[in-house]
Amino acid sequence: MTRISGRRVLLGAAAPVGALLFALIITTAILLVTKHDPIQAYRAMIGAFDRVRVTIGAVNQAGVYYLAAVAVAVGFKMNLFNIGVDGQYRLAAMLSAAVAGAGFMSSLPGFLRVAITLVVAMAVGAGWAGLAALLKVTRGVSEVISTIMLNAIATFVIAYLLNPARLAVQAGNNIGTSPITEGGQVPTIAVEGSTTPIYTLVLLAAAVGILYALVLSRTVFGFSIRATGLSEPAAVASGISVKRMIVSAMLISGGVAGLVGMPELLNGAGTYSLNFPTGIGFTGIAIALLGRNHPLGMAFAALLWAALDSSSNALQGVQVPKELITIMQGVIVLSIVVAYELVRRYRLVLEQRSVARALSATAAPPPTTSAPVSA
Amino acid sequence: MSTAISSPAPGGGAPVAGRPVGRRRIAPTAWLVFGVVSVALVSAIRMWTGANNLTSSGAVQSALTAAVPIALAGLSGLWSERSGVVNIGIEGMMVLGTFGCGWMGYQHGPWVGVLAGVVCGLLGGLLHGLATITFGVDHIISGVAINIVAPGLTLFLARLLFTNAPGGGQKQSPPVDDVFRITIPGLTDWLGTVERKGLFFVSDLAGVLRGVTSGLSALTVLAVVLIIGSVFVLWRTRFGLRLRSVGEAPYAAESLGVNVFRYKYAAVAISGALAGLAGSFLVVGLKFQDGQTGGRGFIGLASMIFGNWRPGGMAMGALLFGYTDGVQQYDARSTAMHAFLILVAIVLVLVAVLQFRAGQRVLAAVAFVIAVLAAWWFFRTDKLPEQLVKAAPYAITLLVMGLASQNLRMPKADGMVYRKGGGH
Repeated sequence: MTRISGRRVLLGAAAPVGALLFALIITTAILLVTKHDPIQAYRAMIGAFDRVRVTIGAVNQAGVYYLAAVAVAVGFKMNLFNIGVDGQYRLAAMLSAAVAGAGFMSSLPGFLRVAITLVVAMAVGAGWAGLAALLKVTRGVSEVISTIMLNAIATFVIAYLLNPARLAVQAGNNIGTSPITEGGQVPTIAVEGSTTPIYTLVLLAAAVGILYALVLSRTVFGFSIRATGLSEPAAVASGISVKRMIVSAMLISGGVAGLVGMPELLNGAGTYSLNFPTGIGFTGIAIALLGRNHPLGMAFAALLWAALDSSSNALQGVQVPKELITIMQGVIVLSIVVAYELVRRYRLVLEQRSVARALSATAAPPPTTSAPVSA
Repeated sequence: MSTAISSPAPGGGAPVAGRPVGRRRIAPTAWLVFGVVSVALVSAIRMWTGANNLTSSGAVQSALTAAVPIALAGLSGLWSERSGVVNIGIEGMMVLGTFGCGWMGYQHGPWVGVLAGVVCGLLGGLLHGLATITFGVDHIISGVAINIVAPGLTLFLARLLFTNAPGGGQKQSPPVDDVFRITIPGLTDWLGTVERKGLFFVSDLAGVLRGVTSGLSALTVLAVVLIIGSVFVLWRTRFGLRLRSVGEAPYAAESLGVNVFRYKYAAVAISGALAGLAGSFLVVGLKFQDGQTGGRGFIGLASMIFGNWRPGGMAMGALLFGYTDGVQQYDARSTAMHAFLILVAIVLVLVAVLQFRAGQRVLAAVAFVIAVLAAWWFFRTDKLPEQLVKAAPYAITLLVMGLASQNLRMPKADGMVYRKGGGH
């Protein structure tokens, strides 16, 4: 097998590179059909990163996306499809922002305030996901439906609470929770020549990623999660309580989802207002799929996604609608899995060939029984 | 899709491939009694609370308008999943449909627009087919990708095509005319008179009938025909049997000479076309707008799972959602939604009693507690906050899902990747 390993590395790289190239071909075709200059568009996109601010913004954004992706991936590992990360992180961010901005918090030490905010966020996220888990294990309600419904309900609950009569204050044209006062946020790292600082909570995302990797590969719990995901009957047979696993996985997924809004809250705006970013949960699904639930894969996927996002404004400078980026992202998601599949089939063919060669070399009777896998 | 079932009930109530529809179903008379009792209950609550919009013709019309795109989206999912292809990209295909309908509709009239919407949706379906059937990609990934690409592509094109069109904008097309609407002359006036009298039961029935028979969109009729037609085609024809067999046991079907690829492609194409129609329904009479579908594709998918992968149940789910959503939209003063609380409370008490007798003590207790809370909320307030009223359709659907029995059974090979000759 060592002979193939060189080719193996090449094949491993073939899928992502091929998919990116394919996405470029599609977007180039779209640009040509709509009478834009592709070279100019791509140059503008790359040129966007000449500004330090854009690059830093992309890294910050990648951290947020990564958290969302991990939240989704925890469910995916168990064959649970938590579409509800979106509602979970928004509700968590809103309520934890209200707690963090509350008057009594100002008297507490900074460390404690941040800790309380994080705990509240994780608890709310986990609680909202826990509803779906509870419905699933007690009543067999598909988590796909319940989390879709809970997303919508979260939207309206937030709209209800985000009102000057309740948890919010009016700030000009905007409505938001009371801003977190001095000391309640996490310091950011200012960079010269950039209006955007580096969000320190990107490190939180990294820590969550490392934890995710360790728990999955090094603990009994992680093993149980993966086992249940791969084969439920086998997991039951080996004494794993599937219901308990479903509840724990959903709670963890929701807890991580609760952290998604934290960089924006504790490093950025310091309030949950009408401008708070939405839809990150759905981006998280795409990134988890793109990174194949792998801790490192998702990190690359999040960086790629955020980098593309950051370059979108530059496109408008050359009169190309910025939705080109969205098209590109979608095409990448689709073509990368197609590419992986094609590579997998090609590998099978290679393997068959090498087996056939090895067998004929040892002059064993011809392997007529081995059925060819059509590819 | 993920494991949607916690306790699968093999064969229990759910259709096994080839078994005729309707067996071990509730008899038509029972349905009639159920319908009469429901109307009577709603009527009583209307008389008591004065919330006329519970059964007013306007609210019913609004409900129907809300239910149709969801039902069509659900039907779209049904066709696809019956052939074993999970379609989470319905939302994206609907978006393609809205664009196609807006683009062609403002230039060549609504019907050409609807046709274009259907074709656009169909193309989306074929893309999903190409990825999942030919390339064997995970169905959810493909669906998610379509949900990302479709809004991006349509908004990209909208900015280029509609910005300088008369009456159009960056994110919206010029207005599209409505398709013709059916009003039965004479009948609606007479029903209107009866409705206004405010009688118990009779006026409610008149209101519902009037809502259904006046200003009925031709597309609504088409949707009903398509749902009934789908029941017939999927459960009464050879084509339907084979299509379902492909979703249950593709390799068995293959061994009997069924061309699995062709049936799966047919199913996703129909699924895409239906999603496109659902999108078109939103556009005719209005215009294409960015973000117009508003998650209806997902709600449709939910109503299909709610309906146990069957057209009748799916339509029930869509109507339930559509009714609460439609009443909520029509009811400007939210008195009807306030009255809904007591309706929910009464129904929950009934559920609690039934479940208690069936030995489900915990469930009965939960239903009872929620009933008490709803009743308490009803008596304590005069009006519900507007934002929470909007959440009602979702909350009620969730409640029904939680309390209804969950003998759901999805097609056996749903979401599985099929490789020709790979069944051994």
